Amino acid sequence: MQDFTFRRPASLADAVEALRSIPGGKLLAGGQSLIPVMKLDLAAPATLVPVAGLGELRGIRLEGSELVIGAGMTHREVGESAEVAGAIPALAALAGAIGDPQVRNRGTLGGSVAHNDPAADYPAALLALDATVVTDRREVSAADFLGSMFETALADDEVITAVRFRVPEAAAYAKFPNPASKYAIVGVMVARSPGGVRVAVTGAAPGAFRHEGMERALAADFSASSLDGVPVDAEELLSDPQASAEYRAHLVGVMARRAVEACG
Amino acid sequence: MSSLTLNVNGRSVTADVPDRTLLVECIREALGLTGTHVGCDTSQCGACVVLVDGRSVKSCSMFAWEADGAEVTTIEGLASDGSLHPMQQAFKEHHGLQCGFCTPGMVLSAVDLATHHADASESEVREWLEGNLCRCTGYQNIVKAVLVGAEAMEAGA
Repeated sequence: MQDFTFRRPASLADAVEALRSIPGGKLLAGGQSLIPVMKLDLAAPATLVPVAGLGELRGIRLEGSELVIGAGMTHREVGESAEVAGAIPALAALAGAIGDPQVRNRGTLGGSVAHNDPAADYPAALLALDATVVTDRREVSAADFLGSMFETALADDEVITAVRFRVPEAAAYAKFPNPASKYAIVGVMVARSPGGVRVAVTGAAPGAFRHEGMERALAADFSASSLDGVPVDAEELLSDPQASAEYRAHLVGVMARRAVEACG
Repeated sequence: MSSLTLNVNGRSVTADVPDRTLLVECIREALGLTGTHVGCDTSQCGACVVLVDGRSVKSCSMFAWEADGAEVTTIEGLASDGSLHPMQQAFKEHHGLQCGFCTPGMVLSAVDLATHHADASESEVREWLEGNLCRCTGYQNIVKAVLVGAEAMEAGA
């Protein structure tokens, strides 16, 4: 690993100032993706600005029809939160099945969203739950925030402070995990709200996406069987040694059906 | 260089280590506590698991500096007054190990589970051990030991 120095911020504003003023500075959240990447020298920041402990990034609260989760909350905290379990149980279950317990004790919501790993679980939840990413300077819809593989709308000196999830009537997440890493080979979150049905897929493509054909079918008839015959195009999906694009396309259908059934 | 302060196994210690030092490197090399093992060094195997403020973490995937001011418990900190910790005792009695390399991480991971979910079921124990790999035992006796150890911790609490 390349040498670097820590620059401990006293506050969110201080963290932003540090990222703005230090060339080669990078934000460190829980480090469960960044540290392994640094060990491989795929990232070599000159300065790390650790933000997970900042008070401005903590907390979970219900605000009207939205559940607001601080970016510094760990996956374990989200998974075990009574507020999350009460408002969006599917989100608590999703967080509680990321990686393994030790990863969940360090990894954070903000870190996962900023990293935007194509096989991460949270991006599916952000799209399905019509989430808004809150940063130190603006609010961005999940659809505008999440780009393709490892890309987001986040500026180099911008810090995610929270994510606002719209509370649905019912939601469920079904994941076909890589048995070793627990990353999603395919994960599908289905959420039903008065405004409609959302079906968001992670793991299958270079970035999480919504499946509009399934959403239309479920809006007309919210049942697993209504997905019969809805095509999933393998053209844009990933092919790797774990799973071919055709197999992933098949899994999208299976996971979507399971999620619909789990919505009850 | 920075001088960080950790409360390790109930004792306050300072270490002068470069910022890039991993927590496991600090524990093993600066503090000489070699009961914490490095298996894969890629956050897969869990041999390096320690408790930081009571939560199990992979000490190969955390910088020492991130634990500045924290309570760190390593396998050396579990026994007290010459008596094994109930989880260690359970691993011994139920032969929850063969070569022993993964054991410190297994035990500390199990202590985290038992502390926060004393009544975990067998399937919950198996799920919890997702991040701890053992290449000898086939896990049967480890799971048995964790269930007994959790009960003993609860009884002794």
